Amino acid sequence: MTTSYETREHDVLIIGAGGAGLRAAIEGLEQGASVGVVCKSLLGKAHTVMAEGGIAAAMANVDAADNWKTHFRDTMRGGKLLNNWRMAQLHAQEAPDRVRELEQWGALFDRTEDGNILQRAFGGHTFKRLCHVGDRTGLEMIRTLQDRGVQRGIDVYMECSVTRLLTDNGRIAGALAYWRETGRFIVFKAKSIVIATGGIGKAWRITSNSWEYTGDGMALAYEAGAELMDMEFVQFHPTGMVWPPGVQGILVTEAVRGEGGILRNKAGERFMEKYDPKRMELSTRDVVARSIYTEVKEGRGTEHGGAYLDISHKPAEYVKKKLPSMYHQFKELADVDITKGPMEVGPTCHYMMGGIRVDAETAQSTLPGLFAAGEAAAGLHGSNRLGGNSLSDLLVFGRRAGLAAAEHAKRASAPSIDDVQIEKAEKELLAPFSNQGTESPYAVHRDLQEVMQNLVGIYRTQEDLEEALAELEKLKTRAAKANVEGSRLFNPGWHLFYDLKSMLVVSEAVTLSALARTESRGAHSRIDYPNLDPVWEKKNNIIVREGGQMKRRESPVAEMPADLKQILAQD
Amino acid sequence: MAEATLRVFRGDSNGGQTVDYRVPVAPGMVVLDALHYIQGHLAPDLAVRWNCKAGKCGSCSAEVNGRPRLTCKTRMDDLPQEQPITVLPMKSFPRIKDLVTDVSWNYRVNRKIPPFEPRKGVEWKISQLDVDRVQEFRKCIECFLCQDVCHVLREHDKKEQFAGPRFFVRIAGLEMHPLDGRNRAGLLKDQLGLGFCNITKCCTEVCPEEIRITDNAIIPLKERVVDEFYDPLTMLFRVFRGQKHNL
Repeated sequence: MTTSYETREHDVLIIGAGGAGLRAAIEGLEQGASVGVVCKSLLGKAHTVMAEGGIAAAMANVDAADNWKTHFRDTMRGGKLLNNWRMAQLHAQEAPDRVRELEQWGALFDRTEDGNILQRAFGGHTFKRLCHVGDRTGLEMIRTLQDRGVQRGIDVYMECSVTRLLTDNGRIAGALAYWRETGRFIVFKAKSIVIATGGIGKAWRITSNSWEYTGDGMALAYEAGAELMDMEFVQFHPTGMVWPPGVQGILVTEAVRGEGGILRNKAGERFMEKYDPKRMELSTRDVVARSIYTEVKEGRGTEHGGAYLDISHKPAEYVKKKLPSMYHQFKELADVDITKGPMEVGPTCHYMMGGIRVDAETAQSTLPGLFAAGEAAAGLHGSNRLGGNSLSDLLVFGRRAGLAAAEHAKRASAPSIDDVQIEKAEKELLAPFSNQGTESPYAVHRDLQEVMQNLVGIYRTQEDLEEALAELEKLKTRAAKANVEGSRLFNPGWHLFYDLKSMLVVSEAVTLSALARTESRGAHSRIDYPNLDPVWEKKNNIIVREGGQMKRRESPVAEMPADLKQILAQD
Repeated sequence: MAEATLRVFRGDSNGGQTVDYRVPVAPGMVVLDALHYIQGHLAPDLAVRWNCKAGKCGSCSAEVNGRPRLTCKTRMDDLPQEQPITVLPMKSFPRIKDLVTDVSWNYRVNRKIPPFEPRKGVEWKISQLDVDRVQEFRKCIECFLCQDVCHVLREHDKKEQFAGPRFFVRIAGLEMHPLDGRNRAGLLKDQLGLGFCNITKCCTEVCPEEIRITDNAIIPLKERVVDEFYDPLTMLFRVFRGQKHNL
């Protein structure tokens, strides 16, 4: 067994090359730090590329009455007040500048008549607030950031997976990774690490997420001793594709509803009238997802178990221009022309509100030198995220994380790398090659997805969650025994072995937190506790590793200052 | 359930051969689904790149029945199923393993292209018409299928002299940005080998985003280079004024 590895050194190491990671990298460079970015895929393929609808920022280009206070209020209400209010405030205040900056770096957005950035309506936003370019806003954003970063001199380590954070006396010292191509190990020495690895959706069967979304960053932070928070809040996007089977879960952008799309059941009823007559289709995602789920469950679903989403009442040319990728997606994958007839849609696991617990100003986790931004971090969205608040989150907190990480690196002395930690991690990684038996990581993954889909889905009960915990224990045992065929050269079976370990960590954290929260709030719906509980409005669930075990505890929500309370109370 | 045979390249930089796999076919299934089935049930170490499985990230490029395509958008029911469906890696790039090729050259080319730089004192007002014009180029998902099919790269391997269609699209997106103040004509002519393209339009044919690469990106860029460097009047004017070309 070889334990040789190459070593690289950076002031700031960023794990993940989506919007948050790249924005953090650009800021780190601005501050004079040497920055390395590690990503599991090729550069430019991160999940940000799939973001469709837009970036929420109170620029007031379309609705002049919009301002940060309204954006703050919408975000807090959407998250059912569990949000970190300081993060929600910073986010609302800084998002417009981050969008303008993106434009100055070359991003092009759709325009208003007078030549400003156009903004569209979205669920839970009082005003037209989403800056967008058709339905491919994420692609525009990631290309802009990617080219800016590369030109400014970030070092990118593509197709490289980090499997362990290295610590030195309770602070960050670096990370161990392997090259996916060769399977060889690489050790990064770094004073600061920013985790920007996105979410965890691959633990569910029906998901809009790519293979990368296995919760690695959260698991890495947890294993290194940092706290996770709000892990029970998993967003099911109301509209994923439901037919044909192979495309199940692929995202249908909320922009369809933003542009006037209407939801109907099998009988042709516009059912949102029953669930949220005021906001209708543009209600928040938790409400719309539950509404569709209920319609289907009560026998009013479509042929393939979804709801109809119809935009065909709009002129065909308009639909093709504003929703080009949806038009192509349905035409090519489902033989449906959305300018002529309705789409079939249903809920799909989409986004993680919870994640690594961070400080609002600096994005630093509870482990010194470890930062987190974007979907991997918790706090901004509370119990439910509004559409469009993710891209702005990436920019606002990506920048803050990069800034603070660079400053931390300036102050910190050089950490020392502990060979014992490296050897232990290497041994764990190579273990599946010598495991005996027939357990396949793919089979364990499929079973994990069934458990999470069926027992930790949109609606939860104590009984289901307890069963899920028991099942997860069995899966952990099976996963540890899984064996890997072939060599270390670009071996997806081996890659999955490690990803599976991360998915099991986050799945357990989600289930433990969901079991504890005996109320329904935002994306967390308990059939046995269907109402909001004011006691739980004041508490976050925290997950931490103690003595090698996963422990849950509760932490009080910080008291909101009077001026913000006043903003929140306004209508 | 219906079945199909996939004939998939297995091997690495040292060589390899195709291997046949039987896969069940479900309605609406795409080739990438079939490859995932093989990974999950028959050959766990089959190397395939993919991310979004929705035609948005451009990771899962391969040659299906001889044609460069995104496997996530290639429907099984669009292919004849009485004979094996061949799935080979992109030919223009060095093999790493199975369907995964080394596309790092593309990232090196990209570094040569000067980024967007706004004209001095520009006002940040843009008309929708100008946005619409460059949209086409900016929707490129970097699947590199155009690079794969281009004979200058595929047959003649001119990677040192020629940037390939993808990067002409990228430059078109920058050059036609309404507020961009740079001129990349010299770069196109001298370093990126725009002249090698003899407009066979193969790139346009394989583009999954339906970008009219040749007509809308390459030809206008060629015209720009001609205007800049070969226009007789301008050349004469330069001789008298002693001006140098822009880079």
